[in-house]
Amino acid sequence: MDYWMAFLVGGAICGAAQWLMDRANISQIHMLAGLVSVGALLGALGVYDQLVEVAGAGALLPMSGFGYLLAKGIASHEAGQGWMNMGANMFQYIGLELSFVITLSFVAALICKPRG
Amino acid sequence: MKLRDHYQQAVRKFQPKPSYLANSFQAFISGGLVCAGAEGLRALYMNSWGFSSDAAQHLMMLTVMGLAVLLTAMGRYDALSQFAGAGATVLLTGFANSLASAAMEHRTEGWVSGIANHMFKIGGVVIVYGMVIAYVLGVIYYIV
Repeated sequence: MDYWMAFLVGGAICGAAQWLMDRANISQIHMLAGLVSVGALLGALGVYDQLVEVAGAGALLPMSGFGYLLAKGIASHEAGQGWMNMGANMFQYIGLELSFVITLSFVAALICKPRG
Repeated sequence: MKLRDHYQQAVRKFQPKPSYLANSFQAFISGGLVCAGAEGLRALYMNSWGFSSDAAQHLMMLTVMGLAVLLTAMGRYDALSQFAGAGATVLLTGFANSLASAAMEHRTEGWVSGIANHMFKIGGVVIVYGMVIAYVLGVIYYIV
């Protein structure tokens, strides 16, 4: 059941993105920016939480999940700490993945030669 | 101007019609399969290896992104992108692929002015927009 929801939600986001890119002539880079913005917005509104609850990886893996995790990190600041914690907590949930992929890409670029 | 309009109209008949439905369907299938596989991975980490829910989620994302970088390094990711379209570029795997491929492409220009300078050519959009929107929302959230 979980797998079906992940499949459907993740696939629907990808399919809709492809449809928009083809029909409305949106470039890939604009699509990414739009998806991240929508994810952050829905995350701040609390809608995306429920989607993640239902779909799991299907909602986390698309780019909107990236925006959602950023917004979730900001919203989780403790009361009394003030605005300083806002920037500090931003990468609370996604910082691990971000630093990992940057480091891995750097190492991969050192080791491998581009093909094709 | 007029000539150009006429040309655009005249040439439209001979341009191949992109198959919107097939493209979207391919993106749907491949994107969905990646997501379902990642969900299975998370269940595996959680149930078989006894990680907590949060740790399993992190590990799942790390694994998927690591696999994407590995495929890019082996030069196999392009074939996937060709078939899947948005199904491969809109996911976090596409983010990992854009970082790794840009870094590999500019490797010859040096460690700093090549790799580090060009790494975020495509991926930077995600980080900039995510941070700006999230920060603005955070300020609103803080005030209200």
